[in-house]
Amino acid sequence: MGSKPRLTGYRRPDGSMGIRNHVIILPVDDLSNAAAEAVAKVVPGTLALPHSYGRLQFGEDLELTFRTLIGTGLNGNVAAVVVIGIEPNWTQRVANGIAKSGKPVASFSIEGKGDLQTIADAARVAQVFLQDASEIARESASEGDLILSIKCGESDTTSGLGSCPTTSEAVDRWVAAGGTVFFGETSELTGGEHLIADRCIDDACRNLFQTTYDNYIKVIESTGANLLGSQPTQGNIAGGLTTIEEKALGNIAKTGSVPVVGVLAPAVAPPRNKPGLYFMDTSSAAAECVTLMAAAGAVIHLFPTGQGNVIGNPIEPVLKLTANKKTAASMPEHIDLDVSGLLRQEYNLTKAGDMMMDVIERTVNGRLCAAEALGHREFTFTKLYISA
Amino acid sequence: MAKVPDFLLHHDGDSVAVANDDLQPGTLQGLSVKEQTAHTAVLNEPIPLGHKFALRDHAEGEAIVKYGIKVGIASKAIKKGDYVHTHNMRSYRWEASRA
Repeated sequence: MGSKPRLTGYRRPDGSMGIRNHVIILPVDDLSNAAAEAVAKVVPGTLALPHSYGRLQFGEDLELTFRTLIGTGLNGNVAAVVVIGIEPNWTQRVANGIAKSGKPVASFSIEGKGDLQTIADAARVAQVFLQDASEIARESASEGDLILSIKCGESDTTSGLGSCPTTSEAVDRWVAAGGTVFFGETSELTGGEHLIADRCIDDACRNLFQTTYDNYIKVIESTGANLLGSQPTQGNIAGGLTTIEEKALGNIAKTGSVPVVGVLAPAVAPPRNKPGLYFMDTSSAAAECVTLMAAAGAVIHLFPTGQGNVIGNPIEPVLKLTANKKTAASMPEHIDLDVSGLLRQEYNLTKAGDMMMDVIERTVNGRLCAAEALGHREFTFTKLYISA
Repeated sequence: MAKVPDFLLHHDGDSVAVANDDLQPGTLQGLSVKEQTAHTAVLNEPIPLGHKFALRDHAEGEAIVKYGIKVGIASKAIKKGDYVHTHNMRSYRWEASRA
C-alpha cells in the first residue's frame, strides 16, 4: 500500500491546481444575480456568486471587473463555470477568458429570452458540469501547485504579537517549499512600507512597489479625510490599536522574512515559473482583498484576526486564527486556530507554526474551514471610481 | 509552568507595552517578545487586554515606539504608567487622523 500524500488537490486542464471542486454560476452583472441564484437552487451543489456591479463601468474600472470575473473562473478551486449576463457581448467576453483554461464553460444571456428560459437552459448545462466535476479525483499536490494568500482583519494588538507572526511562519515555510504567497493591503503598510521596500528582490520590484504604494496613498490623502475609525477601523481601536503605523507593523508581521519577488496589479496572476512572495495592490477591506487574491489564483487563505472578523469567500477557503483569548472564547465558531497560548508563553512560534501547518494541510485535503461551514461567501468587487 | 506575563512588549526599548490581560493599576511583570527579557512596570489606571500603557514619560509631540519603530506621537504629555490610546496618541503620517 502506498503512503497517503501529504497534500492533495484537483488538477485543471491548464495545469493549475485547486483544493475545492466548485461548479460556479457566475453572473456578469448585478441584473443577472437572480437567474444565477435560481440555477444554483435548481441544481444544488453548484454555487452562485452574486455581486453588485458590472454595468456602465468603463476604463480601468471595467477592466478590473473583467479580471475579477475571469480570474474567479480560472481559479483552481473551480471545476466548471456557467456564465450568465444580461447581454451577450460582455457575457461572451467573460466566458472566453475562462475557456482559455480548457475547463468547461457555458454562457447565457438574458435579453430577448427572459430569466425563466435562461434559468432552464443554464440549469441543464450546470447539471452536466456538476456530474462531470464529481468524477474529478484528488491527486498528490505540492506547495508549488497551490497559491496561498494572507490578509488580516479586525486586527488588534494581539495580531502583531501572535496571529500574524504565526502566519509569518507559514509564509516562510510555504515559500521555502516552492510555493507562492500573496499579501496586499496597500494603505495598511503605512509607517512600515520601507520594511517591504527593503525586502524587494531588485530595484525594478522596489520601484514598482514604491510607485504602487505612493499612488494609493495619494488617492487617500487627496480626500483630506480623517481616517480614524476607517483605517484603523473602529474594531481595531476597540482592540487597542491607535494609529495606522501601529496597525501596519502588525500587518507586516505576517508577511514572513522571505524576499518580495514581484508586485501585482489587483486580480493579476503571477507568472507560473516564478514562485515566491508577491505584493498585490489591494484595499485593506477583507472581502475586497480576498476576492482579488482569489481572482489571481489563490486557493487557500490565512486570515489572522484580533477582534473577530467573520469573512469568507465563495471559492477560496479562508482560515481564521486568533491570538486574542477573548475572541477565541466568544466567537469559537469562526476560529480555525487559537494561538492565544503563544501570548501566555505556553509554546513558542515554531510550535504555533506547526499547528498552523497542520490546519492548512487538513483544509487543503478537504476539511471545511469555519467560514465554509457557516456559509460565508463574500464576493466583493473593488470599484476604482464612479460608473458612467 | 512560569507565570503568564502581565504585559508584553515587542522589543526592549519600546516606549509602550501591551496588556496581556485586563489589568488593574499596580506593579506588573512583563516580557519582551524579541529579546525575552523580563520587565517590571507600574500601571496607573485599569486597561483592557490588548491596550497599551507607557513605559516612560512622553512629552507632547514625542515619538511613541513599538516594534522598535515610531508608530505615532504623543498628542499630549503622557506619564510613565499611563494608558496610551487615541486620547493621547496620534498618527504622524496621517495628520488629519486624530480623535
